[in-house]
Amino acid sequence: MAIAALKTQRRNLVQSMFDEGVLDNQFNQLQDLQDSSNPNFVEEVISLFCNDAERIITELNRYLNDQNVEFSKLDSYVHQLKGSSSSIGAYRLKLACVNLRQASEERNMEECAGAFNSIRREYYVVRSKLQVLIQLERHIVNLENQQ
Amino acid sequence: MSDEDIVNNNLTALVVDDSPMIRKLHEMHLKKFGLKVQVAENGKNAVDLFRCGASFNLILMDKEMPIMDGAEATKELRIMGVTSMIVGVTSLDSIFERQAFMEAGLDHCFTKPLTSENIIFLLQELNNKNNEEN
Repeated sequence: MAIAALKTQRRNLVQSMFDEGVLDNQFNQLQDLQDSSNPNFVEEVISLFCNDAERIITELNRYLNDQNVEFSKLDSYVHQLKGSSSSIGAYRLKLACVNLRQASEERNMEECAGAFNSIRREYYVVRSKLQVLIQLERHIVNLENQQ
Repeated sequence: MSDEDIVNNNLTALVVDDSPMIRKLHEMHLKKFGLKVQVAENGKNAVDLFRCGASFNLILMDKEMPIMDGAEATKELRIMGVTSMIVGVTSLDSIFERQAFMEAGLDHCFTKPLTSENIIFLLQELNNKNNEEN
């Protein structure tokens, strides 16, 4: 049955994200907040998170490419991204933020560049997997509604 | 406190955070436990709400916000005589910074991310507070 197969796929995807550390238990807390009166809650939160994260990553890129890096501005943005990453359960992205804060505190430009690349990489990983998850979710709901 | 007591409360809350995602998340966390929730996007908006006569049992206050941050807003509210439970929710990891935030007048301070356990704890504290005041 198509729905059962999709649900297995969804379960496996989420499990693999936990196993790889892409997500942590905070994501479970997020899923628990969704119910029949708020059926799109997780998708809406993910969408807000992605808007936020992309805005911040653009700003971080701009500040890091400045001649005179404004470390306090950088720190403020990384801090925001760390907060939203941890709130959605994006574990590896949160860790990448911690690394950039560390490098920024040490005023180590090379480390900052490396840490920023990790942030970008981890963001695209979590975003693409979450997008697959959302698609699976929508497909399942459509099939269930047709029954 | 029974599970029913926890959800059947007449408690109101204000979520103060500049991130739309965090506002949505924390609002839902609180609504799940039966609270009526409003949101504000920075400390100044929160203070203005109180100045206009609004009141809330609980305020979840972010630290880092533009225009007026959480510590400033908390100090201002306490000066105004606000006795609501004010709880800091921050991703600040330095003990020194958290201490400074507490000293602004917080009742409690949690590290982000907020969890259901945190909320259950706060509801019990609010219940105790209500019992003491009655």
